[in-house]
Amino acid sequence: MPILTVEKLTKSFGGLTAVSNVNMHLDEGELVGLIGPNGAGKTTVFNLLTGVYKPSSGTVTLERDGKSQVISGQKPYHICKLGMSRTFQNIRLFKDLTVLDNVRIAMNKDIRYGLPSAFLHLPSYQREEKRVRDASIELLKLMKLEEKKDELAKNLPYGEQRHLEIARAMATNPVVLLLDEPAAGMNPAETAQLTELIAWIRENYHLTILLIEHDMSLVMKICQRIYVLDYGMVIADGTPEEIRNNQQVIEAYLGEDVNDA
Amino acid sequence: MEQFLQQVVNGLSLGSIYALIALGYTMVYGIIKLINFAHCDVYMIGAYVGYACMTFLHLGFVASLCISMLVCMVLGVIIEKVAYKPLRNAARIAVLITAIGVSYLLEYGMMYFVKANVRTYPEKTGILAMTFQLGNINISMLQILIVAITVVLMIALQLIVKKTRIGKAMRATSQDQDAAELMGINVNTTISFTFALGSALAGAAGVLVGIYYNSIDPLMGFLPGLKAFVAAVFGGIGIIPGAMIGGYFIGIVETFVSGYGGSMYKDAIVFAILILVLIIKPSGLLGKSTREKV
Amino acid sequence: MKISGKTLGQSAAFRKLVGALVIYAVIQILLATGLLSDYYFATIVTIGINVILAVSLNLITGFTGQFSLGHAGFMSIGAYFCAFITLRVEGIPGFLLGILVGGCAAALVGVLVGLPTLRLRGDYLAIATLGMAEIIRIIFQNIKITNGAAGLSNLPQYVNWPWLFLFIAAVVALTVNFLHSSPGRACIAIREDEIAAEAMGINTTRYKVTAFIIGAFCAGVAGALYATYFPRIKPDTFGFMKSVDILVIVVFGGLGSITGSILGAIVLGLISMFLSSYTELRMVLYALLLVIIMIFRPQGLMGSRELSLALMKRAGDHLMGLFRKKEKEGRV
Repeated sequence: MPILTVEKLTKSFGGLTAVSNVNMHLDEGELVGLIGPNGAGKTTVFNLLTGVYKPSSGTVTLERDGKSQVISGQKPYHICKLGMSRTFQNIRLFKDLTVLDNVRIAMNKDIRYGLPSAFLHLPSYQREEKRVRDASIELLKLMKLEEKKDELAKNLPYGEQRHLEIARAMATNPVVLLLDEPAAGMNPAETAQLTELIAWIRENYHLTILLIEHDMSLVMKICQRIYVLDYGMVIADGTPEEIRNNQQVIEAYLGEDVNDA
Repeated sequence: MEQFLQQVVNGLSLGSIYALIALGYTMVYGIIKLINFAHCDVYMIGAYVGYACMTFLHLGFVASLCISMLVCMVLGVIIEKVAYKPLRNAARIAVLITAIGVSYLLEYGMMYFVKANVRTYPEKTGILAMTFQLGNINISMLQILIVAITVVLMIALQLIVKKTRIGKAMRATSQDQDAAELMGINVNTTISFTFALGSALAGAAGVLVGIYYNSIDPLMGFLPGLKAFVAAVFGGIGIIPGAMIGGYFIGIVETFVSGYGGSMYKDAIVFAILILVLIIKPSGLLGKSTREKV
Repeated sequence: MKISGKTLGQSAAFRKLVGALVIYAVIQILLATGLLSDYYFATIVTIGINVILAVSLNLITGFTGQFSLGHAGFMSIGAYFCAFITLRVEGIPGFLLGILVGGCAAALVGVLVGLPTLRLRGDYLAIATLGMAEIIRIIFQNIKITNGAAGLSNLPQYVNWPWLFLFIAAVVALTVNFLHSSPGRACIAIREDEIAAEAMGINTTRYKVTAFIIGAFCAGVAGALYATYFPRIKPDTFGFMKSVDILVIVVFGGLGSITGSILGAIVLGLISMFLSSYTELRMVLYALLLVIIMIFRPQGLMGSRELSLALMKRAGDHLMGLFRKKEKEGRV
């Protein structure tokens, strides 16, 4: 039983169909890549999955604790509560807040105290804040950001900002994690380190991960399956080996016109 | 029916004034995304310049109108250069506060120099004083003149924006300031020019109001300014034809509300319309909705 | 208490408490000995009310990032509802009930206004709130029960320094506590990046409305304090200019800085007091000051930092450093 099922997902902006009839599924614990040329609609798929855009048609179903919930058409915060979290292609941290606050904010939905306690700092506040702080620091340790917890997010080097975004996404306690070009702008050494980290997270946190990435070495190395998107449509899916040898994919990337070939 | 038509006539004259002021708001907002609170005071200054020309210099209507437009044009450019330009890269709220500061400065500076009392324009003479009767509907020459001048100025403005080089620069700058600059457009000149155009129109509106309502004071700009802004939002802020439509719409609504006994609440109704428009279609009548790229 | 592991003297909360009590005691002594006349006390009341207004608007605009130009509207609701109560119920119970009712009425209007308009962004929200405040003013100006443009007069007066201090301290302390809680952090996240906040599970509409309601409630309390110190209220007092005054304090002090708002209210209040003898030029100078400050320090006095002992110490060290440098240069 897949944990995430995408059926006939379509999105048009005016006359332009950015995503058309996309079918996908992610099994529990899988690490799946989503690749395609620039403008193929990869980020739009993420935005549809996380509710930033409302799909024109199609459904997205998320399985959690044995219950399947239709998440397409829900608000982003609700989808997040149901167990899907993401990072952004163009990093969207809370720039003027500390590293620790960035992670704590993502735990807001699981806070168990109300406004009275927020105003008066009652015992429930003290207890919950301690729990959230400890959990946040745990995550930061994982990302090797613990020592920088009091720095402003905007002052972190680029690579660490990407790590912080992953930490923040994980703080929402998701079952499915969507990573939008996590290695963009990183050098090969940083990319290699990130590759290991992603694999490690998936193993240890039992997460299902969908990953957009341009760095083929990363994708081919850690993804079990890959979907290839071109002009908003899935043109191929399969193991890295199958994708590597798929004629259609090669044409899409090399820009050859299929009709002329 | 006659009362209805009479209200339409009155509404069109009032709407012309709002439209003229609204154009300034909409152009400036379109180009630097600033609600130029000082704009309504430029309109007030325009009314005073017209008053001075007619009362002390005994100039005719057309000459006073032109001088007033010219003075306001210069004033608008000075305001932009002195107060807004240093803040081109600051937070928008800081610029907005500056605009409010400039507005206060003009209002209370004027009050300091000419005192707070209401002044009246000289008696209308010649063709300005003529009125026509169409059945039971009164149309004054002045009303015709207001609408005619407004229409002429709007056509001129449309021609400038659509057909000239600087107009093209204005449109480019409002789309994307950085890109316009990279394409060799002098953004500072373009912004100044926008202020000049908008302020000249406000100056014209000031003189027309002075003659039409025959009373001016240093705080006269505030409410019409707000309503003109409502008009600009109603039509779709940043869109020139939108400001015209909005201006006429607000003018007509206001005269109808007062004409049918609701004058106490006419301002409240204008603001209620504003809030409704913002809730239903924040981009305004002619505006396209834009979404943030994620 | 969260002072575990520290001695009492080291606790930040304790130091703040001591600082506040010192301020309270100094002014109380000055008033009791007659060194501060009633005239100056009126200024203190105005400043105090402005502190509450500015802190609450800062919560909405500086911390949650929602640009409101209608804060005086909420203040007027608080003032009028409180006056209805104090004109009917006598004594301290009436006073306290009036303040409670004033705050709640403003909060209720905050919900009604906030729910539909808080979907708007930036300037559109500013204009919508401005329009809302004007509508409220026009209604007060035209209905019988508020006595139209003349307003309500002969209101009983209750506000003295202890009461004023109590309300300021309560509003500031509760706001600061809120900002250091999870809902408060959610509000700040909305200011930082609304889309990211929503993707991280924050119901942005809910928190925006929450901030708006808290802000409106406090503005209502401020209005109620106004109506229980000054004997007369009229719609014009709560016009657009009042909303702008509050916003100016917030921006002047620094968006996102509570101590900035408090300092801003005090500094601008004192400037206004000193200028009040130049009746004609007062507003001109005020306007000039505003433009100059914005051009040279657009981030306000404090930026988004808070005034703290550590910050003052740093500033002191910086000054000392400059001083020593000068000294050295002098010697060479």
